[in-house]
Amino acid sequence: MSHDQNTRSALVPSRRGFLGVAAAGLAGVMLAPGVRLIEIAQAAPLTAATGASRQVRWGMLIDSSKCASGCTACVTACNTENGLSGGKLPTDSQWIRKIEIKEIRTGKTQSLPMMCQHCAEPPCVDVCPTGASFKRADGIVLVDKHICIGCRYCVMACPYKARSFVHEPLHDQKADVPRGMGTVEGCTLCVHKVDRGEMPACVTACAEAEHGAILFGDLNNPESDIAKRVASYPSRQIREDLNLNTGVRYSGI
Amino acid sequence: MKFVLRPLKDTGFGFNALLAGFGFMLLLGLGAVGYMEHHGHIVTGMSNQVVWGLPHVFAVFLVVAASGALNVASMASVFGKTEFKPLAPLSGVLAMALLVGGLMVLMLDLGRPDRLIVTLTHMNFKSIFAMNIFLYSGFVGFVVAYLWTMLERRMNHFTPLAGFFAFVWRMALTTGTGSIFGFLVARQAYDSALLAPLFIAISLSYGLAVFIWVLILACHAGDRPLGDALVARLARLQVIFIAAGFYFVLVYHLTNLYFTKHHDFERFILLEGGIYTTLFWLGQMVLGCVVPLVMLLHPQIGALRGRVAASAGLVMLGGLAQMYVTIIGGQAFGLVLFPGYQVSSSFFDGVTANYASSLPEWLLGLSGVAATGLMVMLALKVIGFLPERLDDAAFAPHSAAHSAHSAA
Ligand code: SF4
Ligand code: SF4
Repeated sequence: MSHDQNTRSALVPSRRGFLGVAAAGLAGVMLAPGVRLIEIAQAAPLTAATGASRQVRWGMLIDSSKCASGCTACVTACNTENGLSGGKLPTDSQWIRKIEIKEIRTGKTQSLPMMCQHCAEPPCVDVCPTGASFKRADGIVLVDKHICIGCRYCVMACPYKARSFVHEPLHDQKADVPRGMGTVEGCTLCVHKVDRGEMPACVTACAEAEHGAILFGDLNNPESDIAKRVASYPSRQIREDLNLNTGVRYSGI
Repeated sequence: MKFVLRPLKDTGFGFNALLAGFGFMLLLGLGAVGYMEHHGHIVTGMSNQVVWGLPHVFAVFLVVAASGALNVASMASVFGKTEFKPLAPLSGVLAMALLVGGLMVLMLDLGRPDRLIVTLTHMNFKSIFAMNIFLYSGFVGFVVAYLWTMLERRMNHFTPLAGFFAFVWRMALTTGTGSIFGFLVARQAYDSALLAPLFIAISLSYGLAVFIWVLILACHAGDRPLGDALVARLARLQVIFIAAGFYFVLVYHLTNLYFTKHHDFERFILLEGGIYTTLFWLGQMVLGCVVPLVMLLHPQIGALRGRVAASAGLVMLGGLAQMYVTIIGGQAFGLVLFPGYQVSSSFFDGVTANYASSLPEWLLGLSGVAATGLMVMLALKVIGFLPERLDDAAFAPHSAAHSAHSAA
């Protein structure tokens, strides 16, 4: 019996080791000349120690009846806060955008901001080969810029077009917001501010513009404004059919 | 039947010129990679609307063709078609070269190709991409083992077993490649369980087409006789595979037409998609399917070598068109966030994305073809994976008796 266990425990790691060696060998073969192997050291795991609490689920409730058509206060604030250029070329990053929608049947028009919906079951995280796309314990979905290899699979998988790929060298980055050419990025829910107990930049900007269309808070805390509103008024998730349990909810559409 | 494998000797000017051409193409591709890495993907035609561009078209084509190229070997060792046995080593080598060429393109198109090693140190086992790393390394491993059992006389007994494993594995591999798209449920183009079997069917067709070209060219370069009967057999197989691919494409579009939510996408691909519609009908269907079928349905097809080669070439072109429509057309058709609404935004919601391939992307894509070509040519020249004779007489029963006699 004990002998059995010994052989088992001896076998498992060696088999893993073999797979690892085989895979590494193969990668070595497939590394074409010219591929640089720098930054192996920088690729160390960073996902741990985020300090986020499992009790919390950060979320937003966006009231599109309060959102003004043509107003882009949230977009501007996001660009400033995160050091985005604000460019609108097909290759530029846009973490949040305003969408104008018009119901074909009734002609009713509405306006709303769209960004990463911080899904509880995020497809971007499922498909990411390296685990660079990850969900924090408090529900915020992020990209670890140190292990993202820039495969863009998450961009393909996200139903909300919430991710951008950095196509160009970057200048003037914000210290709080790491970004990098060749990696993918998206709305972080201003995680650096939230961790300091502040509101995301778009929420503040919308309130300052006197629309107050975005409510931010802890969906898990029954005492929070957002939880109360979600509990007592109708709200919906975009593409509810995909069952992603989004952290960003909409009302008024 | 006794077949002796010999390296190609005394290859003429054509062979060397092709070798040099592939080498040059590979260098150009690597130069393009350096350029793209320095400036970023801004120098490509890709954008945040179309994130996978022309390199993916080439890469997926090559990877899909890889598993199909192994089919000739599987016919021999799994399905007992002994007439394909002498071709099995070439089939294995070609499969491996195609896979490596395709993966090379895929990896060099990453935003951070320098971080390739991260895919091994950090692995998300839920990701079909990560699973593919195992599928691909396993494929190479099994094919190497398979080749070894074929080339090493003492291991010959194991050839059927190794061939069987390689066969099962390559089914998994193509399923995995098809699933890369099959998992993208949010996108109308890929929201279909049919993509995996569709990819298996087209892999057979692409792989055989490439194999036919390689075989004809190699026999020509090495002055090895190639029998009409053998060519005719391969051509008949090609007919079956084209038809199988056609069947799955048909079912894919018919099921999409059944679901109302996919109607807009179908209208896009089949009617109003501009370049994608043209490529679908003209490239994928007419040139890649109908014309080769017509060309190959001639009783004397083995003797019509030019026709067989031309139809194989068309299958490859049609395949590239099909990959273009699938990969780029599938992205150009925007995500539908609000069904029943007209949408507009600064981020190109509700509009068909523009994509125009750039020179670096072409060079990178073609360098995958070049790498494949180089590997196959060197393997033929140095190790020798081609039998000395492939003429009809070599396959005839009396010749088997003859060689058995001479061996005795
Ligand atoms: S919205 Fe997109 S990027 Fe954000 S968590 Fe969901 S799938 Fe991921
Ligand atoms: S682009 Fe980066 S974050 Fe996205 S799937 Fe690839 S490795 Fe993961």
